[in-house]
Amino acid sequence: MEKLETVEIVKEKAEGPQIKNLGDFWSFLKKELKPRGNIGTPFNVISLPIMLLGYIFIIYRLAVGLGHPVTNLSQNFPWGLWIGFDVVTGVAFAGGAYVLCFIVYILGGEKYHPIIRATVLNGFLAYLFYAGAIVLDIGRWWNIYNPMTGNSFGVNAVMFLVAWHFFLYMLAELVEFSPTIAEWTGLKRLRKILGTLTLGAVIFGITLSTLHQSGLGALMMMAKNKIHPLWYTEFIPVLYFISSIFAGLSMVIFEGSISHKVFGPQIDEEHHKSYDDIVVGLARICAVVMFSYLFLKAVLLVHEHAVPYLSTPMGYWYLIEVVGFVFIPCFMFVRGAQRRDLSIIRFAAILTMIGIIMNRLNYTFFAYRWWVPLSQKYWPAPMELVITASIILTEIWAFRWIVNRMPVLRAAPRWARAMEEH
Amino acid sequence: MDRRTFLKMMGAAVAGTAGGSLWSPRLSGAREYNLGGNEVYGILVDTTRCIGCRRCEKACAEANGLPIPDISTSANEAVFKKMRSTTESQYTVTNLYNTEKGKFFVVRRCMHCNQPGCVAACLVKAMRKRPLGHVTWDLNCIGCRLCMISCPFDVPKFEYGKAIPKIQKCNLCYNRFQQGVLPACVEACPTSTLLFGTRRTILDEGRRRIAENPDKYVQHIYGEYEVGGTSHLFLSAVPFEQIGFQTNLGTTPYPEYSTGFLYAVPFIFVLWPAVMLGMNRATKKKAEEKHEEKHEEKGKH
Repeated sequence: MEKLETVEIVKEKAEGPQIKNLGDFWSFLKKELKPRGNIGTPFNVISLPIMLLGYIFIIYRLAVGLGHPVTNLSQNFPWGLWIGFDVVTGVAFAGGAYVLCFIVYILGGEKYHPIIRATVLNGFLAYLFYAGAIVLDIGRWWNIYNPMTGNSFGVNAVMFLVAWHFFLYMLAELVEFSPTIAEWTGLKRLRKILGTLTLGAVIFGITLSTLHQSGLGALMMMAKNKIHPLWYTEFIPVLYFISSIFAGLSMVIFEGSISHKVFGPQIDEEHHKSYDDIVVGLARICAVVMFSYLFLKAVLLVHEHAVPYLSTPMGYWYLIEVVGFVFIPCFMFVRGAQRRDLSIIRFAAILTMIGIIMNRLNYTFFAYRWWVPLSQKYWPAPMELVITASIILTEIWAFRWIVNRMPVLRAAPRWARAMEEH
Repeated sequence: MDRRTFLKMMGAAVAGTAGGSLWSPRLSGAREYNLGGNEVYGILVDTTRCIGCRRCEKACAEANGLPIPDISTSANEAVFKKMRSTTESQYTVTNLYNTEKGKFFVVRRCMHCNQPGCVAACLVKAMRKRPLGHVTWDLNCIGCRLCMISCPFDVPKFEYGKAIPKIQKCNLCYNRFQQGVLPACVEACPTSTLLFGTRRTILDEGRRRIAENPDKYVQHIYGEYEVGGTSHLFLSAVPFEQIGFQTNLGTTPYPEYSTGFLYAVPFIFVLWPAVMLGMNRATKKKAEEKHEEKHEEKGKH
């Protein structure tokens, strides 16, 4: 991983880069764009070839279309890994940003303030890259601006709402994150103005998130005759919304545990001390929300008359998802929080994330046309997997680049902190 | 309705428009005029009459510029050994079913629902329900394929093999309709299996046939109520599940399954910001006090 020269950080923290005109900005940007630290790390050596291969495949996909060998999508399975995992699961994992913004900016939960910037950055990048991956999946990608520019507004369509919300939410998250960018570039007056926009952006962002997290579920509402009755209910949107809360927070726990190892030297002592408290608090929230999710799941099982299906093969698969990857991690979160055991909490977070992946993929292709024999079902093609991996790795690279340059994990420059306290 | 009546009616319609009457069904300008409720057009398919000649398939391919199928007797024999569904290059297909009452050929294509799921799903209105019944696809489509997921009959087909793909499906010969010509399949049908007309008239005709021959037909017109009604209506001699129809789709129009969510949208959009701003204000004072305390503590050190 890249290591920073502490002297440089200290200097920049105090003064900032002193940008007065555009020329200054360009030379600053040029300096910042250069890689820092050791380039030949194991992570780089492994990730770079995958990324490059992925980019080649992306060009190939744009040139020849979605059919075989690029994807295994078919007339029977129009949605696969790119929508089910990259977009739908990726957006659920990005839910941590709106949940933490709600806790910190709306409820004034100062305890969680140290992790808000990393979480918002992660959320923004997740939307940019994972939701951005939708460009690859939509067949007529050169038309992607149509729903925005009004080449017919399908205002009654759930997809129209989701498309606009993705777009607006990215803007809201960019506004939420923008003070950090201003601090990085040392633009003090801009930092002050952007800081005043945060609350508005947060409120707007949470409203958008509520609607598009549930909207992703509502997309499947008209697949009534294709989704197994154990998963299809009229409350899919509610389930998607609730699960996005603990999916997002589990991602925050998971990402935090990695960030703390990788970017450890950047994190100030105060933050290090409060970190355990933060993780325990997040585990508590996860446990409570997962419990209510399980409760709703149980009610719906009875309400939809789906109980008899539990003793079928699809029923076992359902139980693995709900018991193995919601109930058990929920219990582990409770235990982990009681004992303040971070390793239990981290393990629970990973299980929860696997459960969310299972759940979202069930709606897009596992429990979708469940009657199709396994040999004829959709399975991701190698190119789909490589492109997905390259998108995730690119996001991690972007995250690392920003964290190493902007005050995301490390404390904000003194002038900015002074600004906030007044 | 046979072809002659249809053309007569078309002629009357054109004359009506020329006469300046705003209320006449001016077919070329169908977009502006909606005859309302049931006056959409459709096709009655009497499966007891079909002989499996596949001339409709050939005519459809010719009319829509698709690969022309071989419909010689020997080719047909081979084709009917397998169950087919429509594809991106076949808008209409005929299948052979062995039932309790013998062999029946059933032709399947887009049902042209009264309230289509594909249209409700489309975020750019590339899928449109035309006022006179046709469900058509347009080039402003972005290719998200939600129409395929939202169609109860799995009709829209995507051209996966192309770099510039389209969604392909029967459009009830919309272009021919505007020129006052029958759909290609109806025109080609030698046994009057296919009958084109307003949905009201073909529904009446279907009911009449069932009433006059109660032993020949099952007492059900598929498409009358299914998913809120469709423009393709089917008559059958045997229960519909025996000839490849889904009989569990219900009578609720598919778009209604997502209205519950859509109703919640304005509600949340109005309520959420107000509630959150309220919460923020309600908890703010405490936060400020805490801040001040911190300042004081810092001052002491």
